[in-house]
Amino acid sequence: MIAIYKRELKSYFLTPIGYIFCGMYLAVSGITFSYTTLLEQSTESLPTYFLIMIAVFAVLIPLLTMKLFSEDRKSRTEQVLLTSPVSLTGMVMGKYFAALTVFTATFFVNSFNYVLLFQYGSPNVTTIFANILGLFLIGSAFIAIGIFLSALTENQLIAAVTSIGSIAAVLSLKFVIENIGIEWIRVPLKWFSIDRYTPFTQELLDVTSIVYFISLSAVFVFFTVRVYEKRRWS
Amino acid sequence: MIEIMNISKNFGDKKAVSDLSFNVVEGEILGFLGPNGAGKSTTMNIITGYLSASSGTARIDGIDILENPTEAKRRIGFLPEIPPLYPEMTVKEYLGFVYDLKDCRFPREQHLKEICDVVKIGDVYKRMIKNLSKGYRQRVGIAQALIGNPKVLIFDEPTIGLDPKQIIEIRHLIKMLGREHTVVLSTHILPEVQAVCDRIVVINEGKLVANEKTEDLIMAVEGTRKLVAKIVGPEADVLKMLKSTGGVRYAEMLGKRDTDSISYLIESEEKIDVRKSLFYNLSKNGWPLVGLEGMELNLEDIFIRLIDKEKNEQVKKKRGVKQA
Repeated sequence: MIAIYKRELKSYFLTPIGYIFCGMYLAVSGITFSYTTLLEQSTESLPTYFLIMIAVFAVLIPLLTMKLFSEDRKSRTEQVLLTSPVSLTGMVMGKYFAALTVFTATFFVNSFNYVLLFQYGSPNVTTIFANILGLFLIGSAFIAIGIFLSALTENQLIAAVTSIGSIAAVLSLKFVIENIGIEWIRVPLKWFSIDRYTPFTQELLDVTSIVYFISLSAVFVFFTVRVYEKRRWS
Repeated sequence: MIEIMNISKNFGDKKAVSDLSFNVVEGEILGFLGPNGAGKSTTMNIITGYLSASSGTARIDGIDILENPTEAKRRIGFLPEIPPLYPEMTVKEYLGFVYDLKDCRFPREQHLKEICDVVKIGDVYKRMIKNLSKGYRQRVGIAQALIGNPKVLIFDEPTIGLDPKQIIEIRHLIKMLGREHTVVLSTHILPEVQAVCDRIVVINEGKLVANEKTEDLIMAVEGTRKLVAKIVGPEADVLKMLKSTGGVRYAEMLGKRDTDSISYLIESEEKIDVRKSLFYNLSKNGWPLVGLEGMELNLEDIFIRLIDKEKNEQVKKKRGVKQA
């Protein structure tokens, strides 16, 4: 698992993908942050910044995940992975953690934005911390969804487009739910919507929401393992 | 070392491998032959754990690939048809990655250096894989299979797409590796099998057609020999004489190849060499023999003959059942 993790991590920066992700993330985040807080000279719009970043993730995170499995499948390099003494779970986890590391590192660098707020004012620490945690958990879950979709195809573009589509669908579920009156449709849809993010915007460290996002990541990592398991048997 | 027992593999409705069984003993180089779509790669993928068989078992050094895949895979080095290389990495980085992936216990630098010396890639060790020639890429593919010094090496069409010089070099390399490893080699090229392999397993449509020592198989299917002779002399008389020569089963004129000589195809009876009788008969008639060459059997001939033989046996069996 560690060998795959190290290779994937290195691969992000042997190709332009890693730089594009980091650059775009920091640029878009910086501009959004400036407009919503620094130029407003207020932290009231901070939750808006976090919500915009969730939407930005829908486009940026597929950049990280699109090639993780599809490229190996297309170039047949997966044969060296699948015939080596590494478990399927180890292989998937290695790739997942590589993407998560690039995401976390960029996320961490981006966190210096928040330091500026303390320089010029006295923002609510709990609000910032709860939102940061929520944003990180949502990003981790999107990575898991992305790697699952990357494992389903050998075409990077299809992996990216389906990931963007799926994440966008998850994000838009919130609006669908608000406009549907039928309870038995609303309840299951609500389970998949990012409605669980709301407690983080309300300065709450809601354990249910934390567990939900961690579970969402685990479920899609598990699904990815199952995709490979199924391919081996079919 | 490798035990394949009643392996079958279905892809949907299609049966890619059907009840296939064979063994490979330690230190043997096994040639694995079959026409395209015969199930060679599928079988190799099952042996290496890349695919799972629908039924049956594959054991490597006594370890079931399904029950204990990690331990079984430690004993296998696999070079697939397309070498699994990452073009953006250097050879050094790539081999280092495979070393870590296989969780190797040998001293890292020394082990990788030894392998590079064996496959002769020391001069491209620090170059990026995407800049290497096909021959070098194939060697890097073989190098990754050798990492961890596995007991079993499985090569799927290792010489495909290489130039003649590279083919000879890779063959020598495989022959050399066969001294210390058990090797399974899939190929389409008959001289390759003859030059390298101790035994041949032939499969067709996922079923075993032959499993014999290389010389025995070639002898068994060769049976008749074909010759092409260039003879100067009256066409009809020469042909008549050829047909009447003892041991000649069939003769036909192929046409004029030179200004004065005519080429003839001569097929002899099983295990009879007609070259001497031909020479004396032609000499007696005063017809100069200006060229004589043997037509080697190619792999396609062997497949056709083996498959025909198998079909004939099946027909005989069916008839036997009906008569009974």
